[in-house]
Amino acid sequence: MRFRARVEVQLRPGIADPEGATIERALPALGFDGVARVRAGRSFSFEVDAPDEGAARTTATELADRLLANPVIEQSRLELEAL
Amino acid sequence: MAPRIGVVVFPGTNCEHDVVAAAEAAGGTGTLLWHGDTRLDAVDAVVLPGGFAHGDYLRPGALARFSPVMEAVGAFARAGGPVVGICNGFQVLTEAGLLPGALQKNGRLRFLCEPARLVVTSTASVLTAEATPGAELVIPINHFSGNFTCDADTLRQLQDENRIVLRYADNPNGSVDAIAGIANEAGNVVGLMPHPERASSALLGSEDGLVLLRGLVAAGAARATAAA
Repeated sequence: MRFRARVEVQLRPGIADPEGATIERALPALGFDGVARVRAGRSFSFEVDAPDEGAARTTATELADRLLANPVIEQSRLELEAL
Repeated sequence: MAPRIGVVVFPGTNCEHDVVAAAEAAGGTGTLLWHGDTRLDAVDAVVLPGGFAHGDYLRPGALARFSPVMEAVGAFARAGGPVVGICNGFQVLTEAGLLPGALQKNGRLRFLCEPARLVVTSTASVLTAEATPGAELVIPINHFSGNFTCDADTLRQLQDENRIVLRYADNPNGSVDAIAGIANEAGNVVGLMPHPERASSALLGSEDGLVLLRGLVAAGAARATAAA
């Protein structure tokens, strides 16, 4: 089976996010009020061939933890969809 | 014979020739090592120099960690060989797990290219062994992601074990505890954001980096003697 994985990587809560903070500071000037807690991150997508969803999840999770995210400062979230 | 300092070249590395010249000014001989090689070619010390290994894609150092040469660098480090990562090389060492912590984007998202005032806070490393504790060194920094961070337990460990070897006097990038350079437990693996090779001649405005490189060359010489 083939699955499409989408991995979202963000800085861990508590790790300073100067990019998110800079975006947030720009919002009032653009007329956006009431928007808070902006966090910046990155998104990756790829396809995985695997016998079942569990195996695809294992591969994608390992890939995210070993390469896409640096666990010292980042966390990742995985979404999997069968194609 | 002068110790051989192996300087690793990744695609995108750009400080390798400066490091070779500075290592020679400090009494060693420099030789370039290609990232695709799986052997270190009988060197006595290894430097991972600055630049943009693999384009800094994903995160600085994230892909360089998987270059074939890194397995040999890891084995060399675990066997007690002196390994120093400068700037991008420091980022590679943290990504490879040879040093703790991570280098994130500078506070206030500013690229910094300027002389930095550093304080020698530990001489228990191959890089700072010849420096004077408490001495101030002026050495350039040139980075966007030099903001050292780690969890509270790791920081306490670095402090308690005297492994913070250099601190910024003015902390320009927002690093935790003003950390500019750290060592591993044994002191043979060191990472620092400032570029000692750019402060290795009066013509460059400072010779303050030489005392660090002399430490590395001496560590290489000691290793060569032990092996002989």
